[in-house]
Amino acid sequence: MLSLFHEARSPVHAVPAGAKLLVLLAAGTGLFFVRSIVGLGAAMGAVVLCYALARVPPRVGLRHLLPIVPVLAVIVVAQVLLTGWVTAVVVGQRIVVLVALANLVTLTTRTSAMVATVETALRPLRPLGVRPERVGLVVAMTIRFIPVLKEQADQVRAAQRARGVRRSTRFLTPLLIKTLRLADGLGDALEARGAGSD
Amino acid sequence: MRSKDIALVALFAAITVVLGLFPLIELPLVPAPFTAQTLGVMLAGSILGARRGGLAILLFVALVAIGLPVLPGGRGGIGVILGPTGGFILAYPVGAFVVGLITEWLWRRYNLAWALLANAIGGALVLYVIGIPWMAVSANLPLGKAITGSVVFLPGDLAKVIVASLTAVTVRRAYPLVQPRQAA
Repeated sequence: MLSLFHEARSPVHAVPAGAKLLVLLAAGTGLFFVRSIVGLGAAMGAVVLCYALARVPPRVGLRHLLPIVPVLAVIVVAQVLLTGWVTAVVVGQRIVVLVALANLVTLTTRTSAMVATVETALRPLRPLGVRPERVGLVVAMTIRFIPVLKEQADQVRAAQRARGVRRSTRFLTPLLIKTLRLADGLGDALEARGAGSD
Repeated sequence: MRSKDIALVALFAAITVVLGLFPLIELPLVPAPFTAQTLGVMLAGSILGARRGGLAILLFVALVAIGLPVLPGGRGGIGVILGPTGGFILAYPVGAFVVGLITEWLWRRYNLAWALLANAIGGALVLYVIGIPWMAVSANLPLGKAITGSVVFLPGDLAKVIVASLTAVTVRRAYPLVQPRQAA
């Protein structure tokens, strides 16, 4: 399983994940108080500078922004019709800046660093019965499960196709029952290795 | 949480990822493949119950947030969550929890009708109640307009509620995992 991380040596990559997330949180909150086209234009310029500093090529940055274009188009059109073009531009700019900045965090932070940050952030919840060290384990298990499940799903579909069943949603039931057995076995294996009960 | 529960939580998070990987239903009239990640939300709640189902989908959302390309089209990252449609993704775990809660209440007389009710409330209504106001704030749109715009999701969600309910009822018979909740 690939991550969306973009490998490069840059000062932005070197900043700890937790700090980047805090900056993102602050920027996200602050943006709601900027209501002028010029102000948000400046913010856009700053984000472009951050991308350059992070050595993320413009093509990569734009590719990650592409998925929001349809939603953005609908919103901007709705805003032009409802309130006028100034609000439409401001709202559009704000969404682009926020999403681009968040994408930058994803592009410059390794998944493992993110998981470690999540574990740290969960530590205060320990009295509530949360076990932060389990988070890493369960994330790793899920990532390992994905190709296995994909294979099982392909098998079930192939078996049904061989019997002439096409375009059926019924493949969900056999898939679930097969994989629930798999999870049972895995649970027993974890138990046997002492990764289990509290 | 027992080891088996951890394995089940990981399994359903992964199932939700896989459901986004390929088109589940190829509708003849709709050109775009109809992906079915919210099906994972409903199935997690219906099959695992409130706590484990909610955790499984929370884990899925965590995978999105830490930057794995687990959403349809290889998308992921915090950008998706902070975007205008991010409220729907944040609502997924809540939806799974609600589906599970209703399923636990109705477990002793669980049938297709109750499954449809649980999945429609948790798997569609809850997502709208959280996702639409989020979009209205993010896009600075009046709530009414945001609601009107979301009508396009209804037919697809209806189809998913039906598919999830049929599956949940069959799996309950073959592999019951939910603990019924005493009358609350």
